[in-house]
Amino acid sequence: MAINTAGTMTPKRPAGTLYRGREGMWSWVLHRITGVAIFFFLLVHILDTSMVRISPEAYNAVISTYQNPIMGLGETALVAAIVYHAFNGIRIILIDLWSKGAKYQRVMFWVVMGLWVITMLGFAPRHLINVFSHVGGA
Amino acid sequence: MTLVADAPASGPAPEAPIEAFTVTLIIRRFDPDVDDEPRWQDFDVQMFATDRILDALHKIKWEQDGSLTFRRSCAHGICGSDAMRINGRNRLACKTLIKDLDITKPIYVEAIKGLPLEKDLIVDMEPFFASYREVQPFLQSATEPPKDKERIQSVADRARFDDTTKCILCAACTSSCPVFWTDGQYFGPAAIVNAHRFIFDSRDEAASTRLDILNDKEGVWRCRTTFNCTDACPRGIQVTQAIAEVKQAIMRGKP
Repeated sequence: MAINTAGTMTPKRPAGTLYRGREGMWSWVLHRITGVAIFFFLLVHILDTSMVRISPEAYNAVISTYQNPIMGLGETALVAAIVYHAFNGIRIILIDLWSKGAKYQRVMFWVVMGLWVITMLGFAPRHLINVFSHVGGA
Repeated sequence: MTLVADAPASGPAPEAPIEAFTVTLIIRRFDPDVDDEPRWQDFDVQMFATDRILDALHKIKWEQDGSLTFRRSCAHGICGSDAMRINGRNRLACKTLIKDLDITKPIYVEAIKGLPLEKDLIVDMEPFFASYREVQPFLQSATEPPKDKERIQSVADRARFDDTTKCILCAACTSSCPVFWTDGQYFGPAAIVNAHRFIFDSRDEAASTRLDILNDKEGVWRCRTTFNCTDACPRGIQVTQAIAEVKQAIMRGKP
């Protein structure tokens, strides 16, 4: 960084600036991040569920390792990601198939965010109370 | 704008001097003969609120650094030569007014992204035009027009593709597309817009050929509806809407 005559910083790095896209671009970025995250969850999920074919004890052993607050918080993040991905997925379907979808995409994005908040308000408190009321083996 | 209510009734009010501002532009420079990678350089210019970014670039080139390189032709938003990234968004330099930008901060100007950088604000447009040529952007008909007459089209038929006739091929849309940045094989919004212009033209008979071309792995299905193209278009074309209409036409099998 060098200070120029206007007292501001001239970037030294050669890379360009971050493109300043609007709701559409950020909804896509979030959709991609949540999509990849959900994929890795499904990978683990299929592995742990398949334990039941080895023995019920093996399955229980694996699942019991999830019964701690860190995994509980992880489950909250997982549900947050899935809820966003699901609602935004419906928005993308409407953009592609509904004749007015492109026109109302920005409104639909905020509807998605609203539905996400409502769903998480219903889920997160109930779930976190469940998780943390069992802390310490209670 | 000045209020005239307080002005004395007799004689014209003395003309108020038009206020000039010092504007800092930080431009991403690249000279392939000297630089290994692009570098940022800042310039201070005196500008009026009604000036455009193109005027600032001219002032720099004419008065401060003649080596600054950029394209412009008509300078009035018709030729589509001076698309560049201004404060992180693709814009035409000749249509971006100083008064519409926050000049308390420096203005960042750089070349459009996703096409090979040649010098300063100039990129190689050839991959962009190659995609454009590939969609066959010209009228195709097996039948002759009526003798000594034009091909007749109803107002409604003409209105069907009116929006996509406005394209000036400035590449602001294609180079705003995150998919195009990482996958240069993607046709890009501009090529699809120009295919749309003929696919939905009632006089044209090659719609199915164009739908086949765009029903490709690198065709319309690469579109992830980020709407960057629609926001960037200096002509206000509803680009994502046009792409969605082409997607639907492919699914229907006809325009």
